[in-house]
Amino acid sequence: MSAKSAFEKARSENRAALVGYLPAGFPDVDGAIEAIRTMVEAGVDVVEIGLPYSDPVMDGPTIQAAAQQALDGGVRTRDVLRTVEAVAATGVPTLVMTYWNPVERYGVEKFAADLASAGGAGLITPDLTPDSGEEWIAAADRHDLDKVFLVAPSSTDERIAMTTAASRGFVYATAVMGVTGARSTTSDLAGPLVARTKSTTDLPVGVGLGVSNGDQAAEVASYADGVIVGSAFVRTLLDAGADRKAGLAALAALTRDLADGVRRG
Amino acid sequence: MSELRFGADERGFFGNFGGRFMPEALVAALDELTVAWQEAMADPEFTDAFEKILREYAGTPSLLYEAERLSKQVGARILLKREDLNHTGAHKIRNVLGQAMLTKRMGKTRVIAETGAGQHGVASATAAAYFGLDCTVYMGAVDTKRQALNVARMQLLGAKVIPVDSGSATLKDAINEALRDWVASVDHTAYLFGTAAGPHPFPSMVRDFCRGIGDEARQQCLDQYGVLPDAIAACVGGGSNAIGLFTAFLEDDDVAIYGFEAGGDGVETGRHAATIGAGESGVLHGARTYVLQDEDGQTIESHSISAGLDYPGVGPEHSHLSEIGRATYLPVTDAEAMDAMALLSRTEGIIPAVESAHALAGALKIAEQLAAEKGPDATILVNLSGRGDKDMGTAIDWFGLGGTEGETEGDDK
Repeated sequence: MSAKSAFEKARSENRAALVGYLPAGFPDVDGAIEAIRTMVEAGVDVVEIGLPYSDPVMDGPTIQAAAQQALDGGVRTRDVLRTVEAVAATGVPTLVMTYWNPVERYGVEKFAADLASAGGAGLITPDLTPDSGEEWIAAADRHDLDKVFLVAPSSTDERIAMTTAASRGFVYATAVMGVTGARSTTSDLAGPLVARTKSTTDLPVGVGLGVSNGDQAAEVASYADGVIVGSAFVRTLLDAGADRKAGLAALAALTRDLADGVRRG
Repeated sequence: MSELRFGADERGFFGNFGGRFMPEALVAALDELTVAWQEAMADPEFTDAFEKILREYAGTPSLLYEAERLSKQVGARILLKREDLNHTGAHKIRNVLGQAMLTKRMGKTRVIAETGAGQHGVASATAAAYFGLDCTVYMGAVDTKRQALNVARMQLLGAKVIPVDSGSATLKDAINEALRDWVASVDHTAYLFGTAAGPHPFPSMVRDFCRGIGDEARQQCLDQYGVLPDAIAACVGGGSNAIGLFTAFLEDDDVAIYGFEAGGDGVETGRHAATIGAGESGVLHGARTYVLQDEDGQTIESHSISAGLDYPGVGPEHSHLSEIGRATYLPVTDAEAMDAMALLSRTEGIIPAVESAHALAGALKIAEQLAAEKGPDATILVNLSGRGDKDMGTAIDWFGLGGTEGETEGDDK
């Protein structure tokens, strides 16, 4: 199921969609599944499951720490696919966000086939741009998967047009120049980037810029189709430490706050 | 032979390797850099100024020296390209001066760099001081301990050194951290990439700035000895000194080309940095190349006594040269390299960097067969890419040096 359906549903309710990220295998494989299901029950519309990778150049310390914990715990690519299967069973569009090498290593065609059969919606590829992604684009098209590519404030209009033309599902706008991580201030680069992106496509545009609470989500929701939250969820679980019950409760509370925010935007 | 047998296409691919696998946020900067580099290399004002600063400041052309005593012992003629005599003690100065000049030309005010052994960090700090640029160097926390002297040199030159604790806390993680900095600072900051790896245009650009090594050596060899060498040899971590040497000789089909990778404890132990020899094709730090990786594509930590070779990837042009068979890449263990370091020190009075000692050790390994084929005049040109001053701590530990009288002979352990 394409992520686009969740954006359309949100749009029909006159609100933005809430897109939530957690890495697979964090704190462990079953723990991540439980956490993501908690987020879905509390109001996440689209799920991004991170594939933990040894060299995450676009991630800040929070997501690095979670990914490292998952890798130290022995998470494998097949565990990520099992996580997708368990989460997609809730009916929420479920994408994998991954650096490119693990997919190339698994086999691009095989990854696409296995992701599709697990019920996954597609891939978000932070270090693969469409002009380097012919093999993935062909495999995604064969298996009816979303191709979510990123645009950035530094992207030229020409590159934004090229990127949106190659995308399916939604377009991911990284609205700050920097790595992932919660930020206290919102970005004045986000609005113009969304506007430039929307001028090239009818696809929904999701914005990731370090949103960590409902008020920030409401602000982003005023100009974007989706509010993408990652580090704040990860931080919540990291802060709860070994007390998983408390972690899940905090995760549900944060999700409700954010879900309320996207309805105020 | 076709233009593209060597060199990259317009997307930065050397055959199956290279390219640009990078976040969109950095693509504009990489495009800007590509245009600036290509324009600069076509601008005599830039290339003349580059030659001038290399000559007057870095001390090039470096000597080509016939190591007669070593040759006698080895049974083949060993020529050393003395990049260890360059300002800052290694070939790295060529690359950073080129990139720093380009930074000025592009109007940027700050540079960042990653470093393993510290040689590229020192060279970057030097170039930044010379050109009046702010400089931040990322260095694996493990390496800052192995190479404390180079940390101090960078600081004295005015650079900020940031130890990196993430991942394996070595060169690859320093690159990750530098990329994280760059994505947030790209409007005013240039990334002085330290080796001929990474996304397009770095592999080609770094090769261009380092190729003086081979251009000089080839001409010196003809001028001094009237022949080309039978073989050339360099150590390969990321591979900047190696590609700098190899480029001038690629079309000389009679010159055998050898790259020596860090074999660590031995490739069979799994503790090594022999990326081409034991890795598989993948994507690391923006390029498709050979990578030390597990079944799931997670990067495997490399191991080498040499911080400068301790990298689980390799420049994509080397992957290509290996695949098409133009160059041969072989591992050299820590022990073989340290033996070569001692041998050169005692026969010629030259203490090589432990990185360069890998090239020398490799040359010694191929010398016998080469001499058997070509006779006693068989000539191997070795790139002595850096000097060993920075490696004294390693040498003290390895050879048990610095003890009291009677314990100071430094026999192999």
